[in-house]
Amino acid sequence: MTVEFRYIGKSINKVDSVQKALGTAEYINDLSFPKMLRGGVLRSIYPHARILRIDTSRAERLPGVKAVLTAKDVPDCRYGVFIKDEVVFARTKVRYIGEPVAAVAAIDRETVQRALEAIEVEYEELPAVFDPLEAMRPGAPLLHPDLDSYFAIFPAVREGNVCSRTTIVEGDIEEGFKEADVIVEDRFTTQMTHQTYMEPTGAIAVVDPSGKIVVYSSTQAIFVIQSRICESLDIPMSKVRVIAPSVGGGFGGKIETNVQPLCAALALKTNRPVKIVLSREEEFMAMHPRHPAILWGRLGLKKDGRFVAKETVSIFDTGAYSDDGPGVAGFGTLMSRGPYRIPNLKLEGYCVYTNKVRTGAFRGFGNPQTSFASESLIDMAAKEIGMDPLELRLKNALVPGDHSVGNQVLKSVGIKACLEKAAQGVGWKEEKGKCRGRGIASVNHISGLYTAAALVRINEDGTVSLHVGTTDVGQGVDTILVQIAAEELGVPMEDVNLITRDTDAAPYTWATSASRLTYTGGNAVRLAAVDARKQLLHLAARHFESREEDFAVEDKRVFLKRSPEIGLTYRQLADISFWVKGGQIIGKASYMVESPPFDRSGFVGFPFGTMSAYIFAAQAVEVEVDKETGKISVIRCTAAHDVGRAINPHNVEGQIEGGFVQGLGYALTEEMAFDGGKVINPTLAEYKVLNAMDVPPVAAVIVEAYDETGPFGAKGVGEPVLVGVAPAMANAIYDAVGVRIKDLPITPEKILNAIKGEKGGSCSSHPLSGLLPGKS
Amino acid sequence: MKKRKIELNVNGEAHTISVPPQRTLLEVLREDLGLTGTKEGCSEGECGVCTVLLDGLPVRSCLLFAVDVRGRKVTTIEGVAQGQRLDPIQEAFIEQGAIQCGFCTPGMILSAKALLAHTSSPTEDEIRVAISGNLCRCTGYQKIVKAIRAASREAQRDVGQALR
Repeated sequence: MTVEFRYIGKSINKVDSVQKALGTAEYINDLSFPKMLRGGVLRSIYPHARILRIDTSRAERLPGVKAVLTAKDVPDCRYGVFIKDEVVFARTKVRYIGEPVAAVAAIDRETVQRALEAIEVEYEELPAVFDPLEAMRPGAPLLHPDLDSYFAIFPAVREGNVCSRTTIVEGDIEEGFKEADVIVEDRFTTQMTHQTYMEPTGAIAVVDPSGKIVVYSSTQAIFVIQSRICESLDIPMSKVRVIAPSVGGGFGGKIETNVQPLCAALALKTNRPVKIVLSREEEFMAMHPRHPAILWGRLGLKKDGRFVAKETVSIFDTGAYSDDGPGVAGFGTLMSRGPYRIPNLKLEGYCVYTNKVRTGAFRGFGNPQTSFASESLIDMAAKEIGMDPLELRLKNALVPGDHSVGNQVLKSVGIKACLEKAAQGVGWKEEKGKCRGRGIASVNHISGLYTAAALVRINEDGTVSLHVGTTDVGQGVDTILVQIAAEELGVPMEDVNLITRDTDAAPYTWATSASRLTYTGGNAVRLAAVDARKQLLHLAARHFESREEDFAVEDKRVFLKRSPEIGLTYRQLADISFWVKGGQIIGKASYMVESPPFDRSGFVGFPFGTMSAYIFAAQAVEVEVDKETGKISVIRCTAAHDVGRAINPHNVEGQIEGGFVQGLGYALTEEMAFDGGKVINPTLAEYKVLNAMDVPPVAAVIVEAYDETGPFGAKGVGEPVLVGVAPAMANAIYDAVGVRIKDLPITPEKILNAIKGEKGGSCSSHPLSGLLPGKS
Repeated sequence: MKKRKIELNVNGEAHTISVPPQRTLLEVLREDLGLTGTKEGCSEGECGVCTVLLDGLPVRSCLLFAVDVRGRKVTTIEGVAQGQRLDPIQEAFIEQGAIQCGFCTPGMILSAKALLAHTSSPTEDEIRVAISGNLCRCTGYQKIVKAIRAASREAQRDVGQALR
């Protein structure tokens, strides 16, 4: 049955695009308040050091300086996502270059700068550790000797510098490998990369007349920021309000706290608004970039291509604080099977402290790292058994009725169609020239996680107020949610007043994260709209002394199905509800992802609750490699994504295209380079983000494997768009010139060295051999 | 430092302001004139979000001292639409889905505007060159290139109609 929709499935222009085209949209740095001060942060210059003395007196005496704060001025509280290990200011020691030691509020930026320079800090350097494998060795410098005493929100398995270890076992790994005819094994490494959203992060804190702290913030998650401000400064949530203006991109980097607690503390101290906006250099040295990883994997298969066993060890470098690290390591580990049937699994993930900037969430959340290893291994296996890599993937790909890791039954599974379409897009079966190669990678991800709530109010004139705590950071969720509400309520989109981005005005929604808002937020909005619609129908039925099921809604009106001329407009119904019967119609929904639950019998130290709404994708590239220079030219690329149903195809394509290009950067050019604990390329001149001339056309293909649990069948799309690009690229380069690059980014130099027969640094041995008891 | 008095023509409006010699055009636009449509992304001339037109040519306003552009014509995003009427480039950006977070959009539109003012029917390569100084992290440039192409076709149609 085809249902005709008015808004669903239509590429409707984004609801905020006119203001963005006009330049009138307001971002954090565009806001200012009377008597507003500027703030700045003094950051550690050592990767690991004891703080012996801080003298702020000279800074405090400077004219125009209104406050100088250090650890002694804030409560001794720790905050964090999974493990509460981080502090607003370093108290007794610093753990990375860039860690906040003091903060200043002054009348202008120049005075802030002078004050920061006038603060004296005496340090005693401590031995530091920068490599996660070194950090796991007995006797390595310990970043958090009190790790065991830190509160964790899940049963964390932790020891030494390992703040979290996740193990997932299914089947019998030893028997599985015994069954295998062929085993491929290798080791891979990936680099630290930065989200490089165009808008630098910032915040403004204002203490309102009632004493409440209002924090305007460039964030992906108003409620996360609210809760972190509260736990880090020991303030009740009733006294903190967080508002997000327009946000100039996030990609995961703006979920967690940055300067908001500092701004709040400075505003409380001065009783004046305080603004801090980070410089690009601070962005690189002190935000939440992507975890570098060391990835080892072993895949066993039969001669006919059937996968029988897989073992992985993934080591994530989380820097000085855990932040989202336990989640990244746990989720990356969960995704390590890939969208394939593999009966015997042992998947391990380690999240390890080092004296570098704390790493966090970045589009893909551990999946790009483990997928680089997994999808490279599959091509290596295909070569061993002499099978086409596409065919090998198709042979093992999940079909509806198969299970996730954790034994959830999967019903909406479009991976095979994605593989076929992506391969087709790069001419998989066509003849190809010399030094040309094609590569493909599969992706699985989730889009249902945690909770979202929504309220739908019918106003006096019959228009609609939609309250929802989601934060659009450019991906277009505002538009999607208005489309969903308008469709369910039978009102024009212009009639829906979206009230969002404000913790005082919208019900709780967890972060803009995990590709989850269309599915999780969409479900909440749809259910709230359905609830309001039911009440409208009920009111009309009572008015006409008839039954609800005899009525339908369309064009802001409830009418009798058999004689549509009989009915009441929403305005008329509002008149009744406001002045006669029932009071204001308010539809509401609190939606939680809780089914199907994981079978956790094989999970140890897994930091999440239930996840659902699996999304699938395949990304394929055709490249030409210049054997003389190592230069890679991308000839064609196609990404096919199973999104359940595309509520707004333009938005979906925008995610696919933009994410693919970010994936190209991850695969080929982007890398935060370190000298010890210091980022040595903290500028956009030295950190290479692809520009319009670097980027090939990307063909985006939408696959719709309707998900009965999603709003109108929809699932998510935000993250998988990046995940498969790097392995597809590595596979294409192998296909072109016969060298396997196991270390990201894939630079011309690495290709040349490989062609010359010089191995890179990687080797195939188990990364933990000789390191932990029982590992050899 | 001693302030200097300068005259600036921004979006057709003359302004006389006193600025310290090291104050950038970006700071003057955003902080002295309140034209916050011009964005700040890196302050070192790499990202292009602060692009404005100086006598019709795209420049990075974070790299220019305001005193050095005295007397010249500056166009910011606020000067692109004709009152309530959107410029065809703005319309095309909206229609083609070329706007995501919107932070690069003002600079991107101004670079496109400069291109189309000089090249009515640019090739895809010419478009990519023209916006290569404007980084975008959301769209992968795909729909932006499409939008500029659509706007150029739109412009040609207008010219064609005018000639008939």
